[in-house]
Amino acid sequence: MSLDCRDFVEQVTLFLDGALAPEAEQDMIDHLALCDGCERYLDQMRQTARALEDLPADALPGDTRSTLIDTFRSRRA
Amino acid sequence: MLHYADSMAGLPADDVLVARLRSGDEDAFALLLDGWSGGMLRLARSFVSTEASAAEVVQETWLAVIEGIDGYEGRSSLKTWVYRILTNTAKRRGIREHKVVPMSSVDDSGPTVDPSRFRPAGDPFAGHWWQFPPSWPTPEQGLMSSEVRAYLAEALAGLPERQRLVVVLRDVEGRPYDEVCELLGITAANQRVLLHRARAFLRGKLEEYYLEEGS
Ligand SMILES: [Zn+2]
Repeated sequence: MSLDCRDFVEQVTLFLDGALAPEAEQDMIDHLALCDGCERYLDQMRQTARALEDLPADALPGDTRSTLIDTFRSRRA
Repeated sequence: MLHYADSMAGLPADDVLVARLRSGDEDAFALLLDGWSGGMLRLARSFVSTEASAAEVVQETWLAVIEGIDGYEGRSSLKTWVYRILTNTAKRRGIREHKVVPMSSVDDSGPTVDPSRFRPAGDPFAGHWWQFPPSWPTPEQGLMSSEVRAYLAEALAGLPERQRLVVVLRDVEGRPYDEVCELLGITAANQRVLLHRARAFLRGKLEEYYLEEGS
């Protein structure tokens, strides 16, 4: 293998973004085919990014919301 | 590209929304307000020092949207336009509060995975895992539990600011990478370094969490 695991883990984000040069991308694919540890690492990085999509968001304080709706009504209606 | 959260929220297309806002359609405004304010608060929170201050940034942004919607030219998506106003407002306030986030240099360097997890030089398998990363439980229906998500939200708050801004915009808010470069005034290479470090840190936190849970 031309790429070791220590290098692989540092290139995961570039790989997921499709931002690696073709040869470097092929090295990653070749490494993945042979290394279950890095395959798992890649999958966990993907899971981490996906979990972030599901984070609950705070809501705007109720009085701020009603102030904004009132402002919209008076400015735009 | 429509972000998944927006398609889920069932927001109309930009041109429809903008026309409705311009004609004073209160329901359309409320729809946007409720759909986007949560994400905007989280982003604002990365620039300023308190929750109250973040809420004011979001309020100021919406006021600017109300006043400025006639001037929106549709050269970017409506959400990009709103996020640009938010980012500029938050940056100004962050500076006032002396909480300046320098975005120009990459000072984050060094490995993102503890080097002791790999075999050392001289070993026939130098640079390879001593032990594979421990596996994680398969989440039900592909969703992590609310406890895991709360833990992740807390871990997010522990990130250095520049990394947090990038990962919040890219992964939490799903903004495209060129927009993130523009909003934060950073290069694509810089953004990827910051995003990578943030994700690697958060992956490590999840690993800690699952190890603890499994023990
Ligand atoms: Zn490997």
